[in-house]
Amino acid sequence: MAKKEAPYITLSQSSRFKKTLAQMRFAILHDKAGFAGFCILTAIIILSIVAPVVFPLDVMSDPSQIMQGPSSAHILGTDYLGRDIWAQIANGGRELLVFGLIAATIGMVMGVLLGAFSAIIGGVFDEVLSFLADVWLSIPRFPLLVVLSGFVKLDSLTLAVVLGILSWAGLYRTIRAEVFSLREREFIEAAFMQDLGLGHIILKEILPNLMGFIIVNFTLLMRASIYSQVGLVFLGLLPLEQNWGVMINQAWTQGAIYNPNSIWYILAPTIMICLLIISLVWAGKALEDVFNPSLRK
Amino acid sequence: MKPKATAIYLLQRLLKMLVTVWVVMTIIFFLVRLMPSNPVDRYIEDQMVQYGMTYEDAKTRASFLFDMDLDQPLSAQYFEYLGKAVRLDFGESLLSPGVPVMQIIASRLPWTLFTVGSGLLLSFVVGIVIGTIMAFKRDKWYEPLVTGFASFLSAIPDFLLAIFLLLFFGVFTWGGSTLIPIQMLRGNYSMGVVPGWNLAFIQDVFLHALIPILTYMLSQLGVWILLMKGCTTSCLNTDYVTMAKIRGLPPGKILFSYIGRNAMLPIVTEFAMRLGLIVGGALIIEQLFVYQGIGLELLNATNGRDYPLMQGVFLIMSIAIVLCNFLAEVFYVVLDPRIKGQKKGG
Repeated sequence: MAKKEAPYITLSQSSRFKKTLAQMRFAILHDKAGFAGFCILTAIIILSIVAPVVFPLDVMSDPSQIMQGPSSAHILGTDYLGRDIWAQIANGGRELLVFGLIAATIGMVMGVLLGAFSAIIGGVFDEVLSFLADVWLSIPRFPLLVVLSGFVKLDSLTLAVVLGILSWAGLYRTIRAEVFSLREREFIEAAFMQDLGLGHIILKEILPNLMGFIIVNFTLLMRASIYSQVGLVFLGLLPLEQNWGVMINQAWTQGAIYNPNSIWYILAPTIMICLLIISLVWAGKALEDVFNPSLRK
Repeated sequence: MKPKATAIYLLQRLLKMLVTVWVVMTIIFFLVRLMPSNPVDRYIEDQMVQYGMTYEDAKTRASFLFDMDLDQPLSAQYFEYLGKAVRLDFGESLLSPGVPVMQIIASRLPWTLFTVGSGLLLSFVVGIVIGTIMAFKRDKWYEPLVTGFASFLSAIPDFLLAIFLLLFFGVFTWGGSTLIPIQMLRGNYSMGVVPGWNLAFIQDVFLHALIPILTYMLSQLGVWILLMKGCTTSCLNTDYVTMAKIRGLPPGKILFSYIGRNAMLPIVTEFAMRLGLIVGGALIIEQLFVYQGIGLELLNATNGRDYPLMQGVFLIMSIAIVLCNFLAEVFYVVLDPRIKGQKKGG
């Protein structure tokens, strides 16, 4: 079929739904790493959804089964209270995903809005804001979070909001630079000449051209916020809930590395977090290509 | 005109540096003194509730403990605090009374500088070499493998890498024994060794620092490889490189003067951007290896609510990073003559 070979030429005239479908197919299939990323991400999401029903967490501790190696009853062994590790792995991704989504959404909205307005309004507003962004970026983020946790009682939701607010500067700089170059283009000039509103110009004319940047930065923001959360949890500065970071923390503090049977107790959550982050980065890169016509094959 | 433009550019960067330090100081002051339920107010309340002190007594105690004159208006306290912070005088640690905060920092900082610095330097050198080679061998079978591994290294958090390394070297047994005895992976040096300039001590220090340094190196390696490969590849396709080849210049000269110098520019910027990240990661990695550096000190201070020490360590960390950023920007000017006439770089 000729359509399949060159979806972008033929589908530009066809229905919106078909176009979206073709774009999705392209996004998922065109890049090997991206395909792997989507597969892993989908698996993690499905696992997170079905886990509470299919693999319920052990609520009772079982003193006779403490820190056991992998067996047929417990695929990955048991933890320091004799609970099944696989159930914890299956249930541990949900919170990280939601957390990353919240933090990245807040950071993205702030970065995009500030960046776009800053570049369009220009003048003193722009200078002050970009100077502030420069300053903000050179403050070490993670130590600041650690210090903050010494003064404020952080929990996951507060941390997500704080992280979102803290991470405006990086995206702001990218978006600002990009909007600056877009501003010089004719179609934006035309929009200004037609006296269209600032909101219309930002949302309808500029934003679609920034989608690639925004998506990649969104996954990077998710990565950074998951990093911060897992790091803080590992250091014991966040309340313990049910996620992979908490598992690492518990495995570490309970001395899993000194017990040859319970290597999987610490290895499994570590691998899962790596998989989650890698799949996010790969999927983000693959999605970027969809919105960047110059990269299409 | 040109030296003047350079001076203005550097002056701007210097201003940025000073403002950053000031912002950090102000954040700290805000946290300690102004925030609702800040430690000073909480301390006063605690003293009043627990020991039945009057407000005045509790306030006197608090002002002694936090080294602040609480009777003065807030603005005066703020300026006094700024004055002290500029002189790097943070008072004494709460957890170990009588020891000035700066003394603790001075004893811890060299360890972190040593491990982070050597890890970074190693990764920089190795990464740039591998990246350049990969740019030239783009059609070889091993190129996707190396690039894939580099993107893996650059994506995963550094402390997870540290856990992998720890398991690999200290826990898994290879033919009956682990590669490094696990007690070697904790602390800065072994118990019995006398610190000093003797061979046994230096050897011991290096063995203990080996895995932390390896962690810092591997966690940054991927970034440099990918970046250097990308920059070199794009430089290879430029007209001036083609022209240099046509002119018959020796490959070494093309590589260093034409490609290398241009490809290095984005890397210097990235270097400055990543410093904060690395120092942040050092916090967790030092905790993991119980390495007695500045990150572990910040963590202990946070856990023990040792506010003067927390302030001091955080401020010193920020100053170190800002200073390195500034140096990177100076270096950028040296490397890229184009920037001298312009207002903004990058």
